[in-house]
Amino acid sequence: MEKFKSYYLAPEELNKIFDYFKTRGYKIAGPTVKDNAIVYDEIESVNDLPLGWTDEQGPGSYRLKRRNDEALFGYVVGPHSWKKFLFPPILTLWEAKRENGKFKIYEQNYSEEKFVFVGVRACEISAILIQDKIFGGGQYVDPNYLRRRENAFIIAVNCNEPGNNCFCLSTGTGPKVLTGYDIVLTEVISESGHYLIAKPGSDLGEEILASLGFREATTQEIDEADKVSNEAVNKFRKEVDLSDVVEMLQSNYENPLWEKVSEKCLTCANCTMVCPTCFCHTVEDVTDLTGQSAKRVRKWDSCFTLEFSYIHGGSVRYSTASRYRQWMTHKLSTWKNQFGMIGCVGCGRCITWCPVGIDIVENVKLFKESELKLKTGESYGRGNT
Amino acid sequence: MEPVEKEVLTAVQNPMLPLIFQVRSRKQETNDTFTLEIEPLDSKSEFKFLPGQFNMVYVFGVGEVPISISGDPSKKNRIMHTTRMVGIVTKAMGKLKKGDLLGIRGPFGSSWPVDKCSGCDIVIVAGGIGLAPLRPAIYYILSNRERYNRVILLYGARTPDDILYKNEIEKWRSRFDFEVYVTVDRGISGWKGNVGVVTTLIPRAPFEPENTVALVCGPEIMMRFTALELIKRGVKENNIFLSMERNMKCGIGLCGHCQFGPVFICKDGPVFSYNQVKDLIFKREI
Repeated sequence: MEKFKSYYLAPEELNKIFDYFKTRGYKIAGPTVKDNAIVYDEIESVNDLPLGWTDEQGPGSYRLKRRNDEALFGYVVGPHSWKKFLFPPILTLWEAKRENGKFKIYEQNYSEEKFVFVGVRACEISAILIQDKIFGGGQYVDPNYLRRRENAFIIAVNCNEPGNNCFCLSTGTGPKVLTGYDIVLTEVISESGHYLIAKPGSDLGEEILASLGFREATTQEIDEADKVSNEAVNKFRKEVDLSDVVEMLQSNYENPLWEKVSEKCLTCANCTMVCPTCFCHTVEDVTDLTGQSAKRVRKWDSCFTLEFSYIHGGSVRYSTASRYRQWMTHKLSTWKNQFGMIGCVGCGRCITWCPVGIDIVENVKLFKESELKLKTGESYGRGNT
Repeated sequence: MEPVEKEVLTAVQNPMLPLIFQVRSRKQETNDTFTLEIEPLDSKSEFKFLPGQFNMVYVFGVGEVPISISGDPSKKNRIMHTTRMVGIVTKAMGKLKKGDLLGIRGPFGSSWPVDKCSGCDIVIVAGGIGLAPLRPAIYYILSNRERYNRVILLYGARTPDDILYKNEIEKWRSRFDFEVYVTVDRGISGWKGNVGVVTTLIPRAPFEPENTVALVCGPEIMMRFTALELIKRGVKENNIFLSMERNMKCGIGLCGHCQFGPVFICKDGPVFSYNQVKDLIFKREI
């Protein structure tokens, strides 16, 4: 017996949920079409969702296409992720002011903005849970992140059709939403109509669905929704066995293959900006023209920049290959040592938004091949190391 | 994947906020290094640290840098930072005078295992300004001298003019319970001491390798060769400790800059046993 009941919603009935939260001071953040991409932004109503749009993705390629239906969630993921709300790209941490020959530091007020996230995918929930661990699970925590996180209400959606670059089945983070949500939606478009099955995942989610007058879903509707979402696992075009990737990458630091897999890399940092788990940031100290007030601003940073590893005397990672190695090894391997899980959720953004189409999945396969050949005695891709 | 426990998510203290400290004194050590002695502006604050830990030091409007603490850990609220003027922030730090203010976050990081090596020979190997993060360990060891067997300092500087804490080294040298050997890469006229890199002192230093704990700090290349030389003498790998350095922006394991393979130098280090880092320190561009 499931803890919560499932509810039936006509697509436009999502507005009831949005209105419920709007009257309580929340902002609704959801997918919407902007600049030929589906991005996450503040939305007003169901009409702002990408009705009837899908995204066609490939390595270094992203195109919006019209669907032949009016699906609300008929795409996968775009260049944005929810981290832009929880871990803002630019954030002032504090200000300092000179007063009577001394200076004082004033903490910035934490954001009291409350957000409903609409259309959060399974891989993205995993990404949020990973960032929870990074910013909230250690000896030191980021109170800014925690405040924003506490104030977020998550309306997830099951992926019915994985995209070309999706590989969450291989990372074990999708396509079905299993945890970390307040409400999960399954969108059904069939002969019986276009509707959403909404299942609560928290007491607040249950309370809201029950109080807004939605009717309980019939067994038939629930079965139809389950069928649609269960079929998604059979539609993956990208798969890779990651069971030994943690050990493999940490034993291949000096494999010359790194030169090959990073040959095209422009060190542009796109992959780290679109990644929903990448957490690296820098701080900048700025002053006003009078020199009387200063502030510290936190900004997203990337291990692909030369400055990232700068210490007196120069940058530690001066070559492109070493920076690519740092990123991929961190993401798929050393992250496990640091936080107990790998840092990749299989969303495929780094593949899509790489301007030269470098594919992390293909690169894992190349390393596996090189290991295999090494084991079987063939000399391939490895020097005297 | 399990969500993080709720109670962990409710901590509110902001570790990114510096506390204000005041400069008590400034001392020029060598041509390009100086020591600031600082204390909390709010006399109610109590600042304690362990030998080997570091602070994030903020100069108003200029920026923040990680600097090891180089004073005596038994003296509360008298914090020393010996710094070389190399970058924008350290140059601005060098211009601070008595009474000037700066921001401090810390202390952060792991410490030298001075409490765990009772009864051992202690060999301290320092290169250049690497002596600064070791000085708190020296103070601690000397004030608890009876706990240790032989205590030896091997120190290498570039030239006689670059020798840090010159007067103090002379004082240490005059003690009968502390053996101090100094070498320089390049001698000048009048220099009567050793010439050569610090590793050349290791083969003839009087310690019993199997019962020795070594504390090593200096440029990475110096630490690599020192560790190899110590191992050659028979010092156990897990008795050799190094203090590593990488770019740091937060000091608390959140910004990602100081990653060294699986570890964060700021929170898992900066002091590591040789065992912990030996797989990576001989590799390039980690």
